[in-house]
Amino acid sequence: MPIDLSVQNVSKSFGDFTAVDDVVFEVPQGQFFSILGPSGCGKTTLLRMIAGFNEPTRGAIVIRGADMAGVPPNRRPVNLIFQHLALFPMMTVAQNIAFGLQRRREKPSDIHHKIGRILERVDLPGFEDKAIDQLSGGQKQRVAIARCLVLDPAVLLLDEPLGALDLKLREQMKVELKKLQAQVGTTFVYITHDQSEALVMSDHVAVMNQGRFEQVDTPQNLYHHPQTPFVARFVGENNTWSGVVNRCDTEIVEIETASGRHFRSRATAPLTPGTAVELFLRPEAMIIQPGADVPRLNRFEVIVKSLLFDGANSRLLAHPVYDDIELLIALPQNRQFDHIRRDDRIEVAWDEQSGICFASTG
Amino acid sequence: MRMKNRFHITLPLICFLTPVLLWLVLLIVMPHVELLRMSLRTEDISGNPAWGVANFMNFFKEPIYWLTFVRTAVYSILVTLMTFIVAMPVAFYITKVVAPRFQGFLMMLLLMPFWVSELVRVYGWMILLRESGVINHFLTRLGILNQPVEMLYNDVSMVMGLVYTSMLFMAVPLVSVLESLDDSLIEAAYDLGANMFTIFFRIVIPHAMPGIVSGSIVVFMLTLGNYLTPNLMGGKNSLWFTEQIYNQFIASFNWNQGSAFGFLLLALSSLVIWAGLKLTRQKLSRVVQ
Repeated sequence: MPIDLSVQNVSKSFGDFTAVDDVVFEVPQGQFFSILGPSGCGKTTLLRMIAGFNEPTRGAIVIRGADMAGVPPNRRPVNLIFQHLALFPMMTVAQNIAFGLQRRREKPSDIHHKIGRILERVDLPGFEDKAIDQLSGGQKQRVAIARCLVLDPAVLLLDEPLGALDLKLREQMKVELKKLQAQVGTTFVYITHDQSEALVMSDHVAVMNQGRFEQVDTPQNLYHHPQTPFVARFVGENNTWSGVVNRCDTEIVEIETASGRHFRSRATAPLTPGTAVELFLRPEAMIIQPGADVPRLNRFEVIVKSLLFDGANSRLLAHPVYDDIELLIALPQNRQFDHIRRDDRIEVAWDEQSGICFASTG
Repeated sequence: MRMKNRFHITLPLICFLTPVLLWLVLLIVMPHVELLRMSLRTEDISGNPAWGVANFMNFFKEPIYWLTFVRTAVYSILVTLMTFIVAMPVAFYITKVVAPRFQGFLMMLLLMPFWVSELVRVYGWMILLRESGVINHFLTRLGILNQPVEMLYNDVSMVMGLVYTSMLFMAVPLVSVLESLDDSLIEAAYDLGANMFTIFFRIVIPHAMPGIVSGSIVVFMLTLGNYLTPNLMGGKNSLWFTEQIYNQFIASFNWNQGSAFGFLLLALSSLVIWAGLKLTRQKLSRVVQ
């Protein structure tokens, strides 16, 4: 696979503030690559450097083998879809899409042909003469994508374009964007703070925090094998429980919580006894009322504080007996647990392979 | 439901409308009716007062009148154009280039000269430009000029004075319309391959059109009706049509002729503004918003 985009040790500082700190990654052709991070983590700055609006303080950005240092945005083979789309309100849909083609001085007949084809591709055939303010949110989205894709860029950059849509439409556009990307085969670099967008659409996700990449991996690995506490906390939901290491085998550590419970859990790195650790537990890793003969389980009792019904995503909010923490426990909707009520005392457990420990950072 | 939209004459409505209506009727409608009446008064062969269009005919018969008229119109359009060319970069710089915390300060600098009356500002220019003025003084001192040159009393200095006088009325609508232009539109055009020239003509100008037109209307009307600047800074050959009107009323004491000229000037400004709106495909109702 040829590499479309290669970001080599890129840093960007604004005065004393380092927005992007020594970021390295490569995106092979045709990949859907996401950069996921909280607001202010530097992901927009990184994207604007790839688009050419900012120059990196250090490092190089290479697109299809060509170093982009000093190349202005209008000469880069990348296009950016802006957060608020930035469609030109004074032009029709066709004029918006034609804008980039006209800048390349393509023939009017070719332009006309290409507009028709790209509008078909984004499912808006016959929309050529519509004004921008006649379009719905989802339609604007697609026109913005068409306006960039018609130029056949090496890399399409997307700056949280789904942020302004309502929930239902966002869910729908997520699936559509992924399908469209698979069809056209263009390399996408997508930035978002919404972990579900990143996980659903991407082939690879980089989790970014305070200007650095914490982990670059497939969505599955990010979820199941987080490499840092930040990733464990940020990607998906997680319960945290702090404790101290008692014993460390090759892969499994035994920890003791403040209330004197003993748990066995996975750890990413060997930990010396006495180290303060944080234990991360997914809500769905928790088994409610496990069978008595299941091996390798960490069992304990909790008191149900409330039932959070949300269809397939329903959960229990509970706190372990003698512990002053709250746990979210997935509540399967197979009617098996319909008898559970508030203030019930129930047994829960988790497999030692489904928890993960990190040494406490602070 | 339709009843709600009907116009009811109520006491509060009368209270609010009365001053406006008085203003309109007493200060605008009535004087104009009187001017129109006067402009149509003339004398018959035996010297008795009579109705007729002789005052308007005089305008076409006498070349000095309609030449001044055409000159005034052409120069007013030129001044409007030049004001736009000067004010556009200023407005763009204030809204898009400079850091937001300096914007207010720069707007202040722009407004400041207009705290002083137009008369004083024009005298300021005269102090700079006249034969014994500041610029001549320095140029002769530096040896660039052998002897002082009269820089006042010609068309160039008059047009410059008029542009200076009307700058603000162009800059303010341009600043407000450019403030509403989303920066990401400019960046998107840049990203799609446009150069600065294309961005300016395809994105910035179309967006700014309502502001450009409203600024141009104000500047054009103010320039066309300006008396002070052409009178003080223009030379003997730089006659402005308002000076013709003044001469008829005050010097010749021919109020009938002056009224006719006044109406011709009104017709001219209406015509040019109508043509300008048609040319730029703008609606007056949208521009005055």
